[in-house]
Amino acid sequence: MENIIYHNSDIFVVGLTVFFLSCIIGYYVVWSVTPALHSPLMGVTNAISSVIIVGAILAAGPQDLNTSKIFGIVGVILASINIFGGFIVTYRMLSMFKKKPKKKQ
Amino acid sequence: MSASLVSILYLISALLFIFALRGLSHPESSRLGNIFGVVGMIIAIVTTLMFKSVLSYTEIGIAILIGGTIGTLIAIRIEMTALPQLVAAFHSLVGLAAVFVAAAAFYDPQSFNIGIKGSIFKSSLIEMSLGTFIGAITFSGSVLAFAKLQGLISSKPIVFKFQHLINALVFLFIIILIFYFIFNQSAAIFWIIIIASIILGFLVVVPIGGADMPVVISMLNSYSGWAACGIGFTLSNNLLIITGALVGASGAILSYIMSKGMNRSIFNVVLGGFGGEQANVNSSNNSDKIVKQGNAEDAAYILKNAETVIIVPGYGMAVAQAQHVLKEMCDLLKKEGIKVRYAIHPVAGRMPGHMNVLLAEASVSYDEVLELDEINHDFPMTEVSFVIGANDVTNPAAKTDKSSPIYGMPILDVEKSGSVLFVKRSMATGYSGVDNELFYRDNTTMLFGDAKKMCENIVKALN
Repeated sequence: MENIIYHNSDIFVVGLTVFFLSCIIGYYVVWSVTPALHSPLMGVTNAISSVIIVGAILAAGPQDLNTSKIFGIVGVILASINIFGGFIVTYRMLSMFKKKPKKKQ
Repeated sequence: MSASLVSILYLISALLFIFALRGLSHPESSRLGNIFGVVGMIIAIVTTLMFKSVLSYTEIGIAILIGGTIGTLIAIRIEMTALPQLVAAFHSLVGLAAVFVAAAAFYDPQSFNIGIKGSIFKSSLIEMSLGTFIGAITFSGSVLAFAKLQGLISSKPIVFKFQHLINALVFLFIIILIFYFIFNQSAAIFWIIIIASIILGFLVVVPIGGADMPVVISMLNSYSGWAACGIGFTLSNNLLIITGALVGASGAILSYIMSKGMNRSIFNVVLGGFGGEQANVNSSNNSDKIVKQGNAEDAAYILKNAETVIIVPGYGMAVAQAQHVLKEMCDLLKKEGIKVRYAIHPVAGRMPGHMNVLLAEASVSYDEVLELDEINHDFPMTEVSFVIGANDVTNPAAKTDKSSPIYGMPILDVEKSGSVLFVKRSMATGYSGVDNELFYRDNTTMLFGDAKKMCENIVKALN
């Protein structure tokens, strides 16, 4: 019965474990982000969520052309826009956050 | 490459992503954090390219080149004032990419080890449809948010009859479709799920107005993470699950912070209709009250004679692109020995941290820019508050008037400072549609005009 629901329930449970632990890590890490950097935070999360490119590459991988491959290639293009765009715009934002040396009065 | 080596490389990549977020705890460490993120992404991509099943390097290379070029050009050219719409656009791409990956997995399950076409594992189908559902909502919701922020369509909330009922029905319809899909694996149903989810995404964002955009953008940020998670479960890929969960948690926390900044629950924002509705509630009652007006010379005089000044910027400053000349004005004041600081309300602007970025762009030192909690108790000891482009976040009615729609919202206590200079284009209400009683106080001087022009004139007067 189990096998009908989950082809490999172990893999699913491992995934679920990873998921909940990651949520907890995310919770603590994000609360430690200073509010001043919330915009760069969005830029970075935007870029890293495009790690979905991994799935797109797997779909685009096979030699012969089929529907799945086309979807994969489109996925790679979309995710790449985000990866490059996200990291670069975050870089631009962060490079502006500077502390000015106090002028001697 | 062996499966365990792949897992280890993916783990390193995931850890680097965690460090990338961790780096943002301080501006000094943040730049290194961003580099961690880039390295993590490179490891993830290269590792995947090493898979035995991945053969078509040319196509993938060209795809990355096309996407990378577009992304780079956009990121380099974008004005910092337009960040919110850029982020919305990027979210829509993550959502769409998730839909495409899910569709690819559906059409060629063997490449992903989730069964063969026509008999994909049921668990994978559940995960796939959830990923698709969230991805499609993220896509259309973000497209609409982008259109509203870019001004392509009115940012006023669009409210119609039976809105919530329709949303609930569409949602129910999708759930039924997903059940149906799991048992018959029909391609037609798969596409109907996508279309229905796209419609739901539009419906969810339609009633949300301009001032609530910080919440919406954070929420869509969160969704894009959950979509990646859904795909991660489908492909049994821990890297995707970890990253998706990090992003999902990040967006959720930002949404929470933003809604708290408006003293509203997330549900209240999502169910929508803030701003616009109550536009005329009390604006007429105040027509006979007296407003003290001033010009740039008066403002310059008041500012010059202060010892401490707090600047309160808002979205209006971004619209007028006034941050640079504002900085120039503050530099002149500092030369006179006046202590100048900036106070940022959590929901100032159109996305979390928007004002901080704009001030950083104008080379304002970040240690002069303070959050609400850090600076609010300093207003009583401050001679002059200079409000530029903000409105609702300074309205004392939030503390006293229980009938006000913004009652309970944390505000910057500018009214406690010696005098308030309020740069504003007209007497129009803020986005909440509530009149600001601050305008009529004795210690308030209204400076009517464009924020940038006004600052330029004050700079002239100071010289």
